[in-house]
Amino acid sequence: MTLGLTHYLILSAILFSIGLYGVLSKRNAVIILMCIELMLNAVNITLVAFSRYVVPMLLTGQVFAIFVIVVAAAEVAVGLAIILAIYRGFEDIDVTKINLLKW
Amino acid sequence: MGLVISFWILAVVGILAALGVVFLRNVFRAALSLILCFLMVAGLYITLSADFLAAVQILVYVGAISVLIILAIMMTREVQQGSPTNRLQIPAFIVAILFLEVLVLTLINTPWQITSAPPLAPTTAALATKLFGEGGFILPVEIAAVLLLSAILGAIVLAREK
Repeated sequence: MTLGLTHYLILSAILFSIGLYGVLSKRNAVIILMCIELMLNAVNITLVAFSRYVVPMLLTGQVFAIFVIVVAAAEVAVGLAIILAIYRGFEDIDVTKINLLKW
Repeated sequence: MGLVISFWILAVVGILAALGVVFLRNVFRAALSLILCFLMVAGLYITLSADFLAAVQILVYVGAISVLIILAIMMTREVQQGSPTNRLQIPAFIVAILFLEVLVLTLINTPWQITSAPPLAPTTAALATKLFGEGGFILPVEIAAVLLLSAILGAIVLAREK
């Protein structure tokens, strides 16, 4: 059997769904951020796979993946800083207890 | 043939590591599992002949982001009681399974425009031409630099002791 585009797409769909489940069901804010990173990685696999199998000479998918990595790095830095700031104020990072903005 | 075998090894280990992120009770072990998953994704980039991206994945994710995450875990260690789930666990599971099913059905039934052209390798010089060359992505590169600077400043301002 040979490797095809579908293999990579299904793999990244599985990774994305695992990340989605984690984001929706976890209470620890750090774990939620980790699951978001998992989802971004799954999307990156999709972009690189499309770049490899659909336009192998253009590399546009890889360029897009680089920008996704840049935004993910910025996001994780700001996200963890927010978590640390919340931890200082609340002494807790359980997202079900952080409900200042809840009406 | 070697490519197929390495793909399956990387895929299975990567999915198991991703499941470990979600299901391990210990937060620190979940972070280590996430790092393993990042490494497997870097290997997958190599099987897709994206050598530069594999190096970037290892440098940025395995090197930098995992260190940040472990730092955050250690700084919030006193309050963590494992990795508990909220009330939405079963609905979230159902939503994730349904989403996966829809995605897989769509992926299988879409006729992709696959070319049989061999991949470009090595990709580093071609990527540099794409990013910095004529008619390339130089404006997004500049914007990315501004975004990174503002993110660093924002992180410092947020995390600083008052």
